[in-house]
Amino acid sequence: MRVLGIETSCDETGVAIYDTGKGLLGHALFSQVDLHAEYGGVVPELASRDHVRKLLPLVREVMRRTDTHPRDLDGIAYTAGPGLVGALMVGACAGRALAYGWGLPAVAVHHMEGHLLAPMLEERPPSFPFVALLVSGGHTQLVDVRGLGDYRLMGESLDDAAGEAFDKAAKMLDLDYPGGPRLAALAEKGDPERFTFPRPMTDRPGLDFSFSGLKTYTLTTVRQYAQADGLPDEQTCADIAAAFQEAVVDTLVIKCRRAIRVSGHKTLVVAGGVSANKLLRTRLESRLREERAGVYYPRHEFCTDNGAMIAYAGCLRLQAGERSGLAVEVRPRWPMMELDGSLS
Amino acid sequence: MKILALDTTSGACSVALHCDGHTSEQFVRAERDHTRRILPMIDQVLGEAGVSLSQLDALAVGRGPGSFTGLRIAISCTQGLAFAADKPVLPVSSLAALAAGVRREQPHWDAAPIVAALDARMQQVYWGVYTADAPNASLWPEAVQDPQQMAQRLAQSSLPTPVYGAGAGWHYPELAQVPVAEVLVEAEIHARDIAELALPLWQSGAAVAAEDLEPLYLRDEVAWQKRQKIRSK
Ligand SMILES: Nc1ncnc2c1ncn2[C@@H]1O[C@H](COP(=O)(O)OP(=O)(O)O)[C@@H](O)[C@H]1O
Ligand SMILES: [Mg+2]
Repeated sequence: MRVLGIETSCDETGVAIYDTGKGLLGHALFSQVDLHAEYGGVVPELASRDHVRKLLPLVREVMRRTDTHPRDLDGIAYTAGPGLVGALMVGACAGRALAYGWGLPAVAVHHMEGHLLAPMLEERPPSFPFVALLVSGGHTQLVDVRGLGDYRLMGESLDDAAGEAFDKAAKMLDLDYPGGPRLAALAEKGDPERFTFPRPMTDRPGLDFSFSGLKTYTLTTVRQYAQADGLPDEQTCADIAAAFQEAVVDTLVIKCRRAIRVSGHKTLVVAGGVSANKLLRTRLESRLREERAGVYYPRHEFCTDNGAMIAYAGCLRLQAGERSGLAVEVRPRWPMMELDGSLS
Repeated sequence: MKILALDTTSGACSVALHCDGHTSEQFVRAERDHTRRILPMIDQVLGEAGVSLSQLDALAVGRGPGSFTGLRIAISCTQGLAFAADKPVLPVSSLAALAAGVRREQPHWDAAPIVAALDARMQQVYWGVYTADAPNASLWPEAVQDPQQMAQRLAQSSLPTPVYGAGAGWHYPELAQVPVAEVLVEAEIHARDIAELALPLWQSGAAVAAEDLEPLYLRDEVAWQKRQKIRSK
């Protein structure tokens, strides 16, 4: 089975083709980061406008590069949510119309399920069941994954998501948008032991997270060392970034270990934008080795939004017999736990 | 000549098939339901006529102005269909279609100029002026303006009388003094008129490839609202 995947839920236009026999055949991505950078955040209307311009050229490019003729395709998968409503509509309508035009089945894909399954595109893929840590700009969730669509929430952030916390802390240090990766880069130049930031909710049992207290603590520290220009000196900024990153990573690692113990699974899958964080990866690997659990994540470029994960998730769902009709529905808010697990 | 036309630039959703001189249409007031309605309507219109996408000469679409999110629904569907069937696209002005629709429904308006105006929200209108001779092209560039500016522009113009008005943009009280013979505020955009207007565009070689289809927003400089948080649980 060969599936074309389309992702337009936020500020990246992604297209990919996945083949059950040959794996990922090809993918293309257009990132709008530069378009939104001057606004310091994603501008939904500009995102939608750009998807309209970029989507078809990317489809053509991926089809050409993978030498795929429409008759070689067995289905089309498009992201139907969660995300920006206008942006979702572009990919969903174009994707569903393409499928209709080519006489192919189509399937609406949950963006976070795409992230969750992305590690399965790698050479040594994890297998069900596993614990998934979803860490992105909007999510910090621990999920017990028993099979395709069979997801049980184990714990989640009660306030800010981890990526959001990274972005907010980056802003306090006057780093440009998008802040998360910039803060991580700055942290590498810092001394992680100069400051010790709190690890919220780690002293209590349970698998929920909270990052808003850490955010306040970071702001207080920045103010305490601020100079005339409102910012601490360069080294102190780096030290604060390092302390912040340590605290977030440590918190995530503690809860992941706990989740592995509670679930009895021997596999942890980490997905979403924050899974690109290097410290998080090395820490998880060393600490989970102690639990005899393996850690899996997507390759760097598939940590953030992409078409490959949508093609893959869509392919699994099409194989399981799922179909989305001609009535296109997008869901800007769509809890992943509402997905149907009866297919697996 | 076979043309499939789509429009979602307003609260209505419509699909029409022009098939060798005869036009069939599906039209619904879809308020926020366009994504669910449009493809099933296309399937029905084509099915009833026994026409397949591959038999079309071209697709036509209301390219705007109108609701940004709304008009992109027909644009994206058109792009998908045209790309899949390898057909060219004829982008048609939604204001021109509005004017053509009332001219069709109001024969006594004859060949008089029609001022089509859509409510652009934020106390503004999208508007243009269309004649029977050049139904696709506004007498001056389509614009997004305050109703006062529109009223002023019309007062300065030397349009032959009578002049008629059409569209929800006319609801602004600032336009009450504009000397028009008659106004149809509740006039709506129909895909059948998009199809009709596409015929001369086809003759003049105005078709574009699916990839080059661009909406016409008119409003390009708004204080854009950014969002920090896109997805929450
Ligand atoms: N190296 C990194 N370290 C920490 N956070 C990162 C890193 N790279 C990306 N992020 C964060 O990941 C988030 C984006 O991930 P993404 O999956 O696109 O989120 P969403 O789709 O929920 O907005 C942002 O909050 C960004 O700051
Ligand atoms: Mg994402």
